[in-house]
Amino acid sequence: MSQINRIDGGLVDRTQKLNFTFDGQTLEGYAGDTLASALLANGHKMVGRSFKYHRPRGIFSAGSEEPNALVQLRSGAYQEPNTRATITELFHGLEATSQNHRGSLKYDFMAVNDLFSSFLSAGFYYKTFMWPKAFWEKFYEPVIRAAAGLGRLSGEDDPDIYDKGFLHCDVLVVGAGPSGLSAALSAGRAGARVILMDEDFHMGGRLNAEILSVDGQSGHEWTRQAIAELSAMDNVRLMTRTTAYGAYDHGIIGALERATDHLISSSDKPNLKKPRQILWRVYTERTILCAGSTERPIAFGNNDRPGIMLAGAVRAYVNRWGALPGKRVAVFTNNDDGWRTATDLAEKGVEITAVIDSRDGQPPVDVPNGAAVVMGGRIVDTQGRHGIRSITLSNGQKIPTDCLAVSGGWSPNVQLTCHQRGRPTWREDIAAFVPGGELPQGMMVAGAAAGNLSLSSVLQDGHDLGNQAVSDLGFNPTAAVAAISEEETVGISAFWYVKESKARSWLDLQNDVTVKDVKLSHQEGFRSVEHLKRYTTLGMATDQGKTANIPALAVMAECTGKSIPETGTTIFRPPYTPVAIGALAGRARGKDFRPARLTPSHAWAEEQGAVFVETGIWYRAQWFPKAGETHWRQSVDREVTQTRASVGVCDVTTLGKIDIQGKDAAEFLNKVYANAFAKLPVGKVRYGIMLREDGIMMDDGTSARFSDNHFVMTTTTANAVGVFRHMEFCRQCLWPEMDVHLISSTEQYAQFAVAGPNARKLLQKVVDSYHDISNEAFPFMACGEITVCDGVPARLFRISFSGELAYEIAVPTRYGDSLVRTLMAAGEEFDVTAYGTEALGVMRIEKGHAAGNELNGQTTAQDLGMGRMVSKKKDCIGNTLSERENLNREDGLSLVGLRPVNRSDELKAGAHFIAKGKAANMTNDEGWMSSVAFSPSLGHSIGLGFIKQGNDRMGEIVRAADPLRGSEVEVEIVSAHFIDPEGERLRA
Amino acid sequence: MIIHHPLLGPRDASEFVYKGDASLINRPDWQADNAPELFHDYLYLRDNPAGEHQELWYHEQGDRSWLVVTRNTLTHDITNVELARDVAFAKQANKSGRVEKSGRGKK
Amino acid sequence: MEHRGLKYSGFKVIKEALTGHKGWKPVWRTPKPREEYDVVIVGGGGHGLATAYYLAKEFGITNVAVLEKGWIGSGNVGRNTTIVRSNYLLPGNEPFYEFSMKLWENLEQDFNYNAMVSQRGILNLFHNDAGRDAYARRGNAMILAGADAVLLDQDGVRQMYPCLDFENARFPIKGGLLQPRGGTVRHDAVAWGYARGADSRGVDIIQNCEVTGMVIENGICRGVETSQGTIKAKKIAVCVAGSSSRVMSMAGMRLPIESHVLQAFVSEGLKPILPGVVTFGAGHFYVSQSDKGGLVFGGDIDGYNSYAQRGNLPVVEDVCEGGMALMPMIGRARLLRMWGGVMDMSMDGSPFIDKTHIDGLYFNGGWCYGGFKATPASGWCYAHLLAKDKPHPVATEYRLDRFKRGAMIDEKGVGAQPNLH
Repeated sequence: MSQINRIDGGLVDRTQKLNFTFDGQTLEGYAGDTLASALLANGHKMVGRSFKYHRPRGIFSAGSEEPNALVQLRSGAYQEPNTRATITELFHGLEATSQNHRGSLKYDFMAVNDLFSSFLSAGFYYKTFMWPKAFWEKFYEPVIRAAAGLGRLSGEDDPDIYDKGFLHCDVLVVGAGPSGLSAALSAGRAGARVILMDEDFHMGGRLNAEILSVDGQSGHEWTRQAIAELSAMDNVRLMTRTTAYGAYDHGIIGALERATDHLISSSDKPNLKKPRQILWRVYTERTILCAGSTERPIAFGNNDRPGIMLAGAVRAYVNRWGALPGKRVAVFTNNDDGWRTATDLAEKGVEITAVIDSRDGQPPVDVPNGAAVVMGGRIVDTQGRHGIRSITLSNGQKIPTDCLAVSGGWSPNVQLTCHQRGRPTWREDIAAFVPGGELPQGMMVAGAAAGNLSLSSVLQDGHDLGNQAVSDLGFNPTAAVAAISEEETVGISAFWYVKESKARSWLDLQNDVTVKDVKLSHQEGFRSVEHLKRYTTLGMATDQGKTANIPALAVMAECTGKSIPETGTTIFRPPYTPVAIGALAGRARGKDFRPARLTPSHAWAEEQGAVFVETGIWYRAQWFPKAGETHWRQSVDREVTQTRASVGVCDVTTLGKIDIQGKDAAEFLNKVYANAFAKLPVGKVRYGIMLREDGIMMDDGTSARFSDNHFVMTTTTANAVGVFRHMEFCRQCLWPEMDVHLISSTEQYAQFAVAGPNARKLLQKVVDSYHDISNEAFPFMACGEITVCDGVPARLFRISFSGELAYEIAVPTRYGDSLVRTLMAAGEEFDVTAYGTEALGVMRIEKGHAAGNELNGQTTAQDLGMGRMVSKKKDCIGNTLSERENLNREDGLSLVGLRPVNRSDELKAGAHFIAKGKAANMTNDEGWMSSVAFSPSLGHSIGLGFIKQGNDRMGEIVRAADPLRGSEVEVEIVSAHFIDPEGERLRA
Repeated sequence: MIIHHPLLGPRDASEFVYKGDASLINRPDWQADNAPELFHDYLYLRDNPAGEHQELWYHEQGDRSWLVVTRNTLTHDITNVELARDVAFAKQANKSGRVEKSGRGKK
Repeated sequence: MEHRGLKYSGFKVIKEALTGHKGWKPVWRTPKPREEYDVVIVGGGGHGLATAYYLAKEFGITNVAVLEKGWIGSGNVGRNTTIVRSNYLLPGNEPFYEFSMKLWENLEQDFNYNAMVSQRGILNLFHNDAGRDAYARRGNAMILAGADAVLLDQDGVRQMYPCLDFENARFPIKGGLLQPRGGTVRHDAVAWGYARGADSRGVDIIQNCEVTGMVIENGICRGVETSQGTIKAKKIAVCVAGSSSRVMSMAGMRLPIESHVLQAFVSEGLKPILPGVVTFGAGHFYVSQSDKGGLVFGGDIDGYNSYAQRGNLPVVEDVCEGGMALMPMIGRARLLRMWGGVMDMSMDGSPFIDKTHIDGLYFNGGWCYGGFKATPASGWCYAHLLAKDKPHPVATEYRLDRFKRGAMIDEKGVGAQPNLH
């Protein structure tokens, strides 16, 4: 028979039956159910196992505070571990399985841990498993790790989509219970932009779970009307299934909307193209926190059995979902509210076997028929292996029951008030912490979250704070008055645990922390709350101790003889409830992890079959394979050889380009470059080195002077952004009086290197003929503004990274694709080749130019052989501190060339230099190989590297030791300029 | 965090790049007799206060202004935002300007 | 001095279990501060407690107090991502961290406390040739310094971690530098183990004792003012990373340090899926899985000066983006807790263990976000300096004057900007 524990009433839609499975068994529920209410309606008590002792566990709460009823939801790649059944909205085809057992849920082999529980006391593992030493990693730890965790990840890529968004409003109301609805109504009616969000799929909060009247009608009806009124307002946005999980600086609230989690099963998921969840960042002037309160349990012997639940949850299941947690229900309470469970259930005809109130005196309300009432009573123990069957009172009386509703009072949900500097304060009258200290910017707290526990005060409070928030922001509150309800009795007398219990009494149900553990923690000196938490693992489980922390604090307070507030409170940290990592990442994964920048010749290069490589966020052509080339080296060797023999073209757009203009442009460059720039003639380019203020090399590049007041600078690709930022710093913060302006023009110009003996001939075909680019008119290091292809504006620079006769030509980016095609077509007669970053790298190593591996932020101009370029005659960034002793040591590093003694040996970057005959250890380490390449021009492997006093050691043979890869090669120290050391080619 | 840019209004802090203490505006004189020491202190030593801190932020995803932001390092509250260029000018105009005055090298 | 506390063992646990756990004693005493000590250590974090322990055990100096403003272990030893490793590049660092690694490897037997030192390997991924070259240089430096390192190609990485994104990555994984001896340690237990070992040798651990001033007479530091009165000492050893500038300003010193917040994250408990520590090379993300099953992960610092132990959302999202880019299988795991710790970010990313220019005043700090792994060596080397007034051979470069000399120890090569280290 299905739904054996379903009774009439509630907010479920009985016309919509939903089938679902739990541990493979097909069950039925209704729309409006949670997985928990549906399981209860089907008579399922036991749904999981605890973390440490593998004790049977049932449903404990009806909300996000749930410590016990964690399941694995869905299957395959969609599997979601540790999902709280109590907030999982039922949908057709839902699959859930229980967690943390070996063997079946009912017969879990790991339950053997429970028999040894006295050996597994708090922190036991710190005291043992130390001998023999090797056993920790080989034996003990693997056993412990195998038992770790609750649920299981599938190990497959998360197939869902997640989105992110930003929201802006005047008033954000967090929680749509009676106070939140009242606050939203006040603020909305006044015309403010309001967002009302609630983690539940059904707004109303406790009004959904209680039988209370508001404004003379049922709470459900009042809620319905309030939502209808709010929905009709254009200035109000209602967000269900949305949790405000964190409060951040300057009033920013993080929220998670579970957009489609409730819709469909795994098998239908691939068809759903909508995001699973949406992460919102909410920018709001005011936040009214109406997060309500959470009921706490009382600890007593064996208080963890399935069927032992929070009293408010028991009546929520009955009132909201028509699901009976048991047929014979007992209540254990220290407050008036607990009695409501007894009266509500009795009204539905449920048998109340007993009400045990820890307080002395008279029952606060009429006793339901047939219930035994024990004032001043204590439950010392319970019985029932897979679910509670009876309870034992301190007087020895045993009362049969299949559901025990426990209420230890209500704790305001102060979490978000503590995410910054707020520290809650204790209120003795309600035996609870309420918001205190400095609240996050713009935050106000209303209703039960502020410690107002009666419905009438909650409605008034929400209404008032809604009005106050909008008044603060300059809106006029309307004359509407707060909704009213009858006064209830909310008396409580703090009672935390039953001292008479001999059996273990649970505080943290998920992590199996008992009263005894807290006492042991005290006994061993772990008395600060933080020590208690860390030593016992209290509150570290997926529920973050929402129901456990305060009772545990009370036990510790008793041990220390201090009050609860003196004992302290643990600091609540975001998130309020756990947030999927996928949601926090949003769409930034896979290829979309970071944006991609493409060069102007990208499409053309793709057509040529180029292989691309990530260079920062750019994609650059790495080489261009030709038919018949099966290894990248064949392509690269060909590109180098062809370029050096005739001509090659390479897209160098990725180099940073900065346009510098102003009367003081030259003087400005003179200050940011370490070498002199002030007197660079118009029409000339100069190589420049830039230091950081600490005297270390920052970047190198060229600057071309197009007029007295106009320069164009290039930087390395890697440092383009950083150099520009640095120069803006210099301009705005150091020398604001200078007349100079900077514009990044990296995006605006497509730039190509044209290199090789036939470079000029090729360019002459493209550059408009009235520009004379002969060697005489346009010598090495000349620059000019020209036109190409009948009037397209361009800039031409005669600079060379390859060591060949070379130019760089720049055109506005929109002509870039056309220019590369034009150059390649014009070059056909010269057998032109396109070359990629690999060939570029080979040629610069052959020429001895430093690049990223050499400009690694640790080397000086001196190390790079450019120490003399650093001017001592002017003020420039970095020259003062570049003079420090350790940067000018006699035995300092020099950049040198290296070639293998045995020419067929392959050099490896990252090898370290050790003198011949010395042991390979750190003391004898003399430097490292920074870059290597196979030089097709020389026919062997070559390298650049830094070695102590390298300039004085030309011709010496040392070992390039690479123990990491198990090799060692003898290398000869040579000049870094392997090709054309006199520089004849580039001046040709 | 939200930074109220003097020209552009409230902007999310993630549009900015942080550099550090606004005293980095006060670059020493390279010709001073004790220039190495001055540069050492300028570049390496920090007050690093727990409380109000004047610091440099760069609006990289925006108008490229360098800003001097007065922010409390304990609470993250921001009480003042100025263009660094204005601050640097003011400092040049008046050597006892605000950046100088803000207590570098307190006793 | 003999260990005068209880000896912990499996046998003792069993015995106590059978007798109702009545025999367990406080792990450390709660003494009142004496008027004077030989050494007062300011800061009861991991490094301060380790310093006290090694002073007592290795150098025979037991007339020592550790002063802690809050509860011991409440600094960064109580809020980190538990990683230990010695995979450094520069000669100023690598021998020190390797010394630390060796101390970790024998720590539990040494202090009779199971801190769960777990050498499951740390893998740093690279995504391009330049990254490989830099890691090759580093791996060789490690081996030359006596540490262990293995260079993996893509297949090697895939074998260890099949569930990384090898197919669709924006920055494909090309390989990684593995240090097999790297791993994780149960961080709180390190503080407790050192505290217990120091306490049992006579060190006074004084909690809730905030230092409010330095007693400096004629250029000599003679003690500290505290919330529990003046405490005199022959040597004052400050060890308060995160708050170094605040404490040293009491002695009139400005430091090459900024305080920054580093966030860390832990997921809900999950059945084991990650054997060791993995560090993404193309984004800000590193992760390991604790013995309880939580994924423990982190990324970059927030990047602005802060003494608030909390960060902001942009960095949270940046870290999770890195996580999803590296291992898209963690998307459905939920982030359970995030928190922030205050770091001493130094000007070159490397720490200080040094005497100050004020006689009797010593300084240990600037650990950036790498202080946890250094705990044993930092304690030992600081104790060595305090006992012998000269640096330990593996900590000779950690001097306060190194910027004056231009002797930076800049692993990342980003210069004098603390938030980039």
